[in-house]
Amino acid sequence: MKGKSGGKDFCGFALPGMFCFFAVVILPFVYGVYLTLTDWNGVSSVKNFVGGANFLSVLKDSQFWTSLLLTFKYVIFVVIIVNIMAFAIAYLLTRGIKGQNFFRAGFFTPNLIGGLVLGYIWQFVFSRVFVGIGEATGWSLFEASWLSDPNLAFAALVLVSVWQLSGYMILIYVAGFMGLSQDVMEAASIDGATGWVKLRSIILPLMMSSITICLFLTLSRAFMVYDVNLSLTAGAPYGTTEMAAMHVYEKAFTSRQFGVGQAEALILFVIVAIISGIQVYLTKRQEVEA
Amino acid sequence: MNNSSIGGTRRKVTNGLAMAGLIIIFIAYMFPFIMVVINSLKEKRDIIKSPFSWLFTIKGLSFDNFVKAFTQMDFLNAFKNSLIVTVSSTVLVTLLAAMLAYYIVRHNNKISKITFALMVASMIIPFQAIMIPLVSIYGGTLNVLNHRITLIFMHTGFSMAMSVFMFHGFIKGNIPIALEEAAYIDGCTHRQTFFKIVFPLLKPIIATMVILNSLAFWNDYLLPSLVLTDKELLTLPLSTYSFYGTYSADYGTIMAGLLLCVIPILILYVVLQKQIIGGVVSGAVK
Repeated sequence: MKGKSGGKDFCGFALPGMFCFFAVVILPFVYGVYLTLTDWNGVSSVKNFVGGANFLSVLKDSQFWTSLLLTFKYVIFVVIIVNIMAFAIAYLLTRGIKGQNFFRAGFFTPNLIGGLVLGYIWQFVFSRVFVGIGEATGWSLFEASWLSDPNLAFAALVLVSVWQLSGYMILIYVAGFMGLSQDVMEAASIDGATGWVKLRSIILPLMMSSITICLFLTLSRAFMVYDVNLSLTAGAPYGTTEMAAMHVYEKAFTSRQFGVGQAEALILFVIVAIISGIQVYLTKRQEVEA
Repeated sequence: MNNSSIGGTRRKVTNGLAMAGLIIIFIAYMFPFIMVVINSLKEKRDIIKSPFSWLFTIKGLSFDNFVKAFTQMDFLNAFKNSLIVTVSSTVLVTLLAAMLAYYIVRHNNKISKITFALMVASMIIPFQAIMIPLVSIYGGTLNVLNHRITLIFMHTGFSMAMSVFMFHGFIKGNIPIALEEAAYIDGCTHRQTFFKIVFPLLKPIIATMVILNSLAFWNDYLLPSLVLTDKELLTLPLSTYSFYGTYSADYGTIMAGLLLCVIPILILYVVLQKQIIGGVVSGAVK
């Protein structure tokens, strides 16, 4: 494009998209930082400037720290289980067995459906089907609904999230396995590398870029879990399964403490940004070229 | 030679084991869906008596649940709302993001650089960090909540960064500038050049972005729940939520309702399976 009509180009091509982006993302983000310094309740027209008081309230909000701790626990479980499972399934899928595409497509299905609907489906499975199995077989694990016990409800959340996320990661790992050079694999076999040694010294280093992506995606998704949390347990029993994102929502829209809620949201954002930054830095360093 | 034939049988055995393992995991994966389908066809007392019994062992097999769910959820209306929101947002973001990315690639000025840097940085901001001020601004100051247009606008804004990023990479790598220069020499205006020459060449990345964005819009719950409360405007996930709240004890109807929500996507998935999986993979790997 020529420089002369640059202004017209800018208005015609760049401005509409930029406007949407700035109005919906940047402006609220900046305004959000300002909100943390006020005592607004979401309704009144008066906003008093309160300085750091909201952050002090966050420190005293023990429910927030409990939910944050629970979120950490949840993230650790989900990230580890999802990635190990997806990696293993992708490994099995790419061994040249029949029906690879069918399996891959099937495992991906939960990703097409919103978290809300998935949570409701599983709520039925936990509260009716599993209990039914318990009644028929007498297994004590299924005697009562998992969702009525704090620990089992947490396990249920992890289970559903693993089920939901792993299909996506399987796709990425399968693409990674398909990209492995046959020559390198063959050379490794000729050199006598088998099984565990081959996996650890050859496959894992070469798959590191897929692992970086998958860890990043699972980390950021697990930290911000909301839909499944809402529909599967809604924090029950007694708020013991309330994750950080849900707590932020409750704080702002139910307790009407917009400033405190936004302060907690920003803290959560900073934590997620730092952790995923560290993760990407660490795993990227491990990446090698074949 | 001997060695390789041993390896051959061993490989067959391990492949058989792998297959068996996969089938078991696969059935476990599909188990919730199977339960939903089976129970959506049963009467409530049969569900409570034995939710996992097979269809032929019970008597009251019927489609009543579907009829009830269909009317109680106001399915057609919710489906229409979801469709309008998803299609308009997808078209809008695809068009605007492609144009903006094109501008950024071809104009190496300060505005381009700052906008692009902001967009890349903004991709790590989770929605929850913006939702509260978003509601304050659009609900309080501007008072434009409860309009479809507002939701479409917000969907467009939120997916802009990711979309521009993807288009930017594609245009930079795949669209030779010589093509555009030729078009200018032939007398095309900038607009014509973009829409007649560049845009059609973006087809692969457009397909990817349309799939990723429309899936996200269709399934989104949190943002629509903040914007729309008017019963007439509810999208499918929203009406599922209120429907579930009212009928949570009526399992058969609930299962039928959930199945109704899932079926449209599954049909699309069966038809477009290759494109959807390809789109998701290329979206993630970039």
